[in-house]
Amino acid sequence: MITIQNLQKSFGKLPVLQQVNLQLKRGECVALIGPNGCGKTTLIKSILGMVLPDQGHILFNGLPIKNQHAYRESIGYMPQIGRYPDNMTIGKTIEMIQEIRGENQPADEELYEAFQIKSLENKKMGTLSGGTTQKVSATLAFMFQPDVLILDEPTAGLDPLASELLKEKIIKEKEKGKLILITSHLLSELDDLITEIVFMQEGEVRFHERVSELKQRTGELKISKAIAKILKEQNK
Amino acid sequence: MNRIVKLVLIDIFKNKIVLAFMLILALLSWSSFALEDNAAKGMLTILNVILFTVPLVSILFTTIYLYNSSEFIELLLSQPIQRSKIWKSLFAGVSLSLLGAFLIGSGIPLLIHAPGAMGLMMLLVGSLITLVFVALAFLSTILTRDKARGIGLAIMIWLFFALLFDGIVLFLLFQFSDYPIEKIMIGITALSPIDLARIQMLLHLDVSAMMGYTGAVFKEFFGNVQGLLISLLLLALWIIIPFWISLKRFIRKDL
Repeated sequence: MITIQNLQKSFGKLPVLQQVNLQLKRGECVALIGPNGCGKTTLIKSILGMVLPDQGHILFNGLPIKNQHAYRESIGYMPQIGRYPDNMTIGKTIEMIQEIRGENQPADEELYEAFQIKSLENKKMGTLSGGTTQKVSATLAFMFQPDVLILDEPTAGLDPLASELLKEKIIKEKEKGKLILITSHLLSELDDLITEIVFMQEGEVRFHERVSELKQRTGELKISKAIAKILKEQNK
Repeated sequence: MNRIVKLVLIDIFKNKIVLAFMLILALLSWSSFALEDNAAKGMLTILNVILFTVPLVSILFTTIYLYNSSEFIELLLSQPIQRSKIWKSLFAGVSLSLLGAFLIGSGIPLLIHAPGAMGLMMLLVGSLITLVFVALAFLSTILTRDKARGIGLAIMIWLFFALLFDGIVLFLLFQFSDYPIEKIMIGITALSPIDLARIQMLLHLDVSAMMGYTGAVFKEFFGNVQGLLISLLLLALWIIIPFWISLKRFIRKDL
């Protein structure tokens, strides 16, 4: 569904992405992991067309995304730090995105209900706590029933209850055959969610493997331990 | 109307600064006509007021508004909207609100006290000047990510065109007063939108006689229909070129 070919990007002299090649298919739930500053968010923003790569191509359903915008209709994006106009209320923000998207299919309001956003509707975005902002971001990402969900650190800042609700929702969407791309540092949280792992380091993809294969190869039951083992082997 | 333009207009309307700007313009315009005993003198006062305040408010308000909208722009970028459409809609929204403030604030007294070609000319020139400085603000915003630097740059641009440029022109006039530089002066005025607007208006107000020989040369060049069209075209270029450069840069920007 999303194909990334030889993607390269540098900010000034600092290389952020180097020769990234990836193939992401429908029905997969991919975890994008790696240390801070390894280029995860840049990769995600490249897919969204917010960062423009220096070289390489990104294909969405076989078509290059360069200078395109319509493909974003099929993407729900939950940013790591949601930035919203401070003076807008939650209700207005959601209304605005709905108006801009102008989509005909009924909005998916499951998270809207689950997070009880209705009761917060009149609060201004600028006064919200980090966690509540994340809830709004999540609600907006899932609202338009997109085929692809890109979640950048979805559970960071959420309380355990909300983060559990979000995980349930992610699993539900995965079962509908959507492509889900998650970045996270909390490997333990990912165990029951993901099917594939992409590990990035210093702007390069170190490995891209199915979770089952990874566990088999390392003989570990937990993703976190499997990754730790691989990293230790590399360092030797 | 385009949805983003509508959102921008509502947002600007709510923040009330543009309304205050409209009231101040109205106050200045009405009192200029009330204080002067004839309409032509009143026009001259208003011309100076417009050429001083309109550029300043347009460029500063637009720059600050754009920096404050960075979240809004980022949010829109992850949605299925063309990049160029976002930037153009922002331009349309900000321009429409500032134009509205100018046309209501200064337009009503102008058309009541100086109906006819002169009043209309003043409105046209004021509107163009508004758009020029909105476009320059878009340029200064895109040139730097840092808010303080961007606003600083906007103030510099205004200072340059409102004060410094005239100083440089005067300096040149005195330095080269022994040479026939009148024709060159016409070319130099094209480099400042405020001077273009001022000369165009002064010629229409028939006070060019006070400018001596240079005034006569200006009158010969700018005073006919052809000169009028050229100066309006130059003002239009002052809108199109800065905005076009900013649009090109916005399309290639990483956010």
